[in-house]
Amino acid sequence: MSILVGKDTRLVVQGITGREGRFHTQQMLAYGTNIVAGVTPGKGGMEVEGVPVFDTVKEAVEEQGANTSIIYVPARFAPDAILEAADAGVDLVVCITEGIPTLDMIRVRRYLDDVGVRLVGPNCPGVITPGEAKVGIMPGHIHTPGPVGIVSRSGTLTYEAVYALTTRGIGQSTVVGIGGDPIIGTTFLDALQMFEADPQTEVVVLIGEIGGTEEERAAEYIKTSMTKPVVGFIAGQTAPPGKRMGHAGAIISGGKGTAAEKIAALQAAGVKVARHPEEIAELVAQVL
Amino acid sequence: MNLHEYQSKRIFAQYGVPVPQGEVATTPEQVRDIAVRMGKPVVVKAQVLVGGRGKAGGIKLAKTPDEAEEVARQILGMNLKGLTVRKVLVDPAVDIRSEIYLGAVIDRAQRRVVMMASSEGGVDIEEVAARSPEKIVKVPVDPFLGLREYQARWMAHAIGLDKAYYRPFARIAQALYNAFIESDASLAEINPLVVTGEGDLLAVDGKMVIDDNALFRHPDIEEMRDVEAEDPFELEARKYGISYVKLDGEIGCMVNGAGLAMATMDIIKLYGGNPANFLDIGGGATAERVAAALRIILSDPNVKAVLINIFGGITRCDEVARGILAAMDEVKPEVPFVVRLIGTNQEEGQRLLAEAKMETATTLAEAAQKVVALVNP
Repeated sequence: MSILVGKDTRLVVQGITGREGRFHTQQMLAYGTNIVAGVTPGKGGMEVEGVPVFDTVKEAVEEQGANTSIIYVPARFAPDAILEAADAGVDLVVCITEGIPTLDMIRVRRYLDDVGVRLVGPNCPGVITPGEAKVGIMPGHIHTPGPVGIVSRSGTLTYEAVYALTTRGIGQSTVVGIGGDPIIGTTFLDALQMFEADPQTEVVVLIGEIGGTEEERAAEYIKTSMTKPVVGFIAGQTAPPGKRMGHAGAIISGGKGTAAEKIAALQAAGVKVARHPEEIAELVAQVL
Repeated sequence: MNLHEYQSKRIFAQYGVPVPQGEVATTPEQVRDIAVRMGKPVVVKAQVLVGGRGKAGGIKLAKTPDEAEEVARQILGMNLKGLTVRKVLVDPAVDIRSEIYLGAVIDRAQRRVVMMASSEGGVDIEEVAARSPEKIVKVPVDPFLGLREYQARWMAHAIGLDKAYYRPFARIAQALYNAFIESDASLAEINPLVVTGEGDLLAVDGKMVIDDNALFRHPDIEEMRDVEAEDPFELEARKYGISYVKLDGEIGCMVNGAGLAMATMDIIKLYGGNPANFLDIGGGATAERVAAALRIILSDPNVKAVLINIFGGITRCDEVARGILAAMDEVKPEVPFVVRLIGTNQEEGQRLLAEAKMETATTLAEAAQKVVALVNP
C-alpha cells in the first residue's frame, strides 16, 4: 500500500513536448512509472519517448484510461491546465509549475473543491511511491520502499531527509511534496489523514517552514486523532519577518507564521522535532 | 512588490475610491508651488516603503506655502528606517471627524480574499489585532461571487458606522475589492478611511502589495517599481532566477532549494554563527549561476566566510563540483569557503573539490561547525 500514486497510476503528462516535460517524462519512464499519454494542444498525433501525444486531456482519459495528471506547463497557462485535467475526469492532478498567481489558485482551488478532484502542489516536486511510481521531478534513485511516510513543503530539504533515511536502510511508503505556495491543493492535514489510514506507513515525517498556519492545523490533528508517531522539522528559525524566503508562501507576516510557533505547536502535540535536517533520520530510527 | 502610498491611492481612485487630490513632488520648491495652487493647508508625506512614517517624522502638516516648503526641506533627503526620502506626496489637509480601517488580504487558511474593517483606524492594524481583536470584523469573499453589498453593510454595521454611511461605505469596500482583484494584490489597505468634517468618506492613506507572480499581466504596475527603494543585489539576483535576501550576519550561504536554504541558515545559528544571507540558487547549479551567486554574496562586505550546501539530485554532485570550481576561478574570492555536496555521485564531487584544495564537509552539522570556526576562531 501507499498513498496517492502507485502501481495503479496511469499518468498523463501535460506539457510533454516542452523541455521540462520531455526530460522528466524520460526520467519518470526510467523509474518505471506507467505513463499512458502526453498532452500538448496542437501537437496531437506526435510521440514523445514512445508516449502518444494528444491535443486534449479528455482524449488521454477516454482513449488511454489516464487517471492521474502531472503538469509541466508555464505559470500563465497552468491554471487552465489544472482545470482541464479536473474536467477531463482524472482523480489526481500534480502541478509542478512554480509562479502561478495566488488569486488564480484561489479560483482554481474553489472549483476543484466543487468537483471533488484532488490537487498536489503547485510549486512542488511531486509524489513518489518508491518502487512503484514517480510522479514528479525528485531524484528517484535516492528512495527505497519502506515504512516512513513523508510530507513536505520543500524540495531539496525533503531529498536530504530521504537520502539520510535510505542511507540508514530505512525506506519510505510515499513521499509527498505539497509545495511552497500560499494556496495549495493537498495540505499537511490531508496527507496526515491519508498516512494514518495507510497500512504500510508506520511513522510520518512532516517537514514545514515559516508562513501560514498549516503546521498548526496539522498539530491539532496529530494531537486529537493520530495514532502513528510523527517526526517534524521546521525551516526558517532565522528568517526575518516580512521577507519572502524563496517560496511565495514562506513569509512571516503580521507576526504570524514563525518557526517558533510551529515548533511549539508540534511539540505540544507530541511530535519529536529535529533541530536540523540530519536529525530527522535519527529521530525516525528511534521511534521505529 | 510594494507600492508607494501615492501609487496605491491612484489605483484605488481608478476603481472609485474617493481620495484627496494630492500631487507628488521631489523638491521643496515644487511643494511650495503645489501648496500655493491648493490654497489651503497641506500635508507633506514622505513616500518610502516603510510603516510608521508619521511617528518617524516623515509626515507633517503645513498651514502656509512657506511652511510647506520648510517641512519639505526637512523631509526630502531624510533617512527613514534606512531609506532615503526622494519623493513626497502633498495632499490637501482634511478635517477629520473619525477614522476607520478598511483592508483586503489573502487568508491562506480559508483560501479566500478576506475584507477587514475596524472602527480603530489610523493605527497599525496589527496593534489593534493584538490589543482588541474583537474590534476587527472580517468577511471572507467567495471568488466566484465577489464582495456582495450585504457583506459590506454587515461590516459597516459591525464597526458601528452611522446608517447614513452604509451605502457610500459599501461602494468604497466594493471598489477596494475590485482594485485588489484586478491588480492581483496580496494586500490593499485604506488606513485611515476618514469621515470628514463635511460628512464625506475619504481614503487618506493607502497601501498595496502586488503578487510578484502576477506582474507579467500588469506591465503598468511593473513600471511603478521604485528600483531606488529596493536592494540592488536582490534585484541583480532576480535577473538570474536566484532568490537572495540580505541579513546581518557574517557567514554567506549558497544553497539549492528554499527550504534547505533556510535550514542551512538555521544550523549556522545553532552552532553559534550568524547567516549573512538567504540564497537559493534555483534549479541546476551550473558554473554561470554559481558565479553570479558568488558575486552577489561577496558584494556584502560583512561576509567573512561562505558555506556552499548543495544537494545533487538530478544534477549530479560531480557536475556541481565542476561548476563551483569554474566559478571560483572566475570570481577569485578572498574569503574562505566550506563546501558540502551530498546526493548523487557525491564521492566524485568531493574528490574533485579536495583535489582543488577546497575545504569540504560530509554532514551539514560538520559543515556548519567548520564555517563558524573560520569566523570565530
